[in-house]
Amino acid sequence: MPASSRSVHPPNDSPAYGSSLLRAPKQPLRVHPGRLGELTAPLLAGETIGTLDHDLTRQHDGEPLGERITISGRVLDEDGNPLAGALIEVWQANASGRYAHLSDQHQAPLDPNFSGAGRCLTDAEGGYRFITIKPGAYPWRNHPNAWRPAHVHFSVFSPAFTQRLITQMYFPGDPLFAQDPVLMSVPDEESRQRLVARWSLELTEPEWSLGYAWDIVVAGRQATPLDDDAPE
Amino acid sequence: MTLPLTPSQTVGPFFRIGLATTIGAHVAGEGTPGAVRISGQVFDGAGEPVPDGLIETWQAEGAGRCPTDDEGHFAIVTTKPARNAVDHSGVEAPHLDVSVFARGLLTRLVTRMYFPDEDEANAADPVLGSLSDAERATLVAVTDDGGLRFDIHLQGARETVFFDR
Repeated sequence: MPASSRSVHPPNDSPAYGSSLLRAPKQPLRVHPGRLGELTAPLLAGETIGTLDHDLTRQHDGEPLGERITISGRVLDEDGNPLAGALIEVWQANASGRYAHLSDQHQAPLDPNFSGAGRCLTDAEGGYRFITIKPGAYPWRNHPNAWRPAHVHFSVFSPAFTQRLITQMYFPGDPLFAQDPVLMSVPDEESRQRLVARWSLELTEPEWSLGYAWDIVVAGRQATPLDDDAPE
Repeated sequence: MTLPLTPSQTVGPFFRIGLATTIGAHVAGEGTPGAVRISGQVFDGAGEPVPDGLIETWQAEGAGRCPTDDEGHFAIVTTKPARNAVDHSGVEAPHLDVSVFARGLLTRLVTRMYFPDEDEANAADPVLGSLSDAERATLVAVTDDGGLRFDIHLQGARETVFFDR
């Protein structure tokens, strides 16, 4: 297996992230002898995506407060093949840094015009596009005066089990990166930078919204730990 | 061409906002012949239920998804998959591939659920065969109240066997 292939993912044993202490397994992960990479399931039988599900600014009577943005990019596998028809689901805090979730106790206002969830299917080239507002940073109790950098949660769901990915997209130039144990759990800076979107003039609409470009790369369809020694 | 992968990040505590409705807990509809209800609880290293986890099951027939409730419970209704033929390592017994996501997990955990009424196939399964008896027991569901029960222990003496994706 190429050493690059999986080492980009953060180890679950990341003690700086307090929630991991009682949840990260203690035993080493077992190498899978089967052909996991070939496992595919039919995706989303009977499921429908609404035509406005990708636009988080148009889900209520009024517009949400905040900086209007477009986030767009492509979903590829590591061999460069586009993932067409993959389900992309996103969720995020509002512009004040508050999630529309009962468990979020941050003393910041909810926005009646923002639920903070969207979804779409990638097109034939693996492309996706969301319209939303820039989420705010928010405090959490991981360590004294801890703040999460602004981020959007992304879930990529394709028919291949090995390609399943849940991650977070960050915004360029955020001063909060270095104190965030979630982002810093990714072992190397180069890999961390792949979680940071790029501001894009091309995606920025004049007198309307800022644009951010962010591509996502998931494992190849046939990737298995035994690829290197599998019989021809 | 090999492109560098996008790293994983935790699903966090608020995923129900975005992941609640799209994929459901019914891989097989109610009344489907052979449909079985698989339920379980997710526990942390202190033996406490994990109330903000997300379980996904994967098989050729489809995918199921269920968030855990306040007591760590999940339930998915599906059918037993056919045997999987595999390569030189042997023939696998019917099983579900399972992903576990939760706050506190930076990368998903991958495990498998085998069926308790498949003694012969389970005995020949190369994955189960590579494990000790105690480890194997963490992957085989038990019959429970007309369905199957499959508890997941993230840590501890009964820690579930997890695989390298």
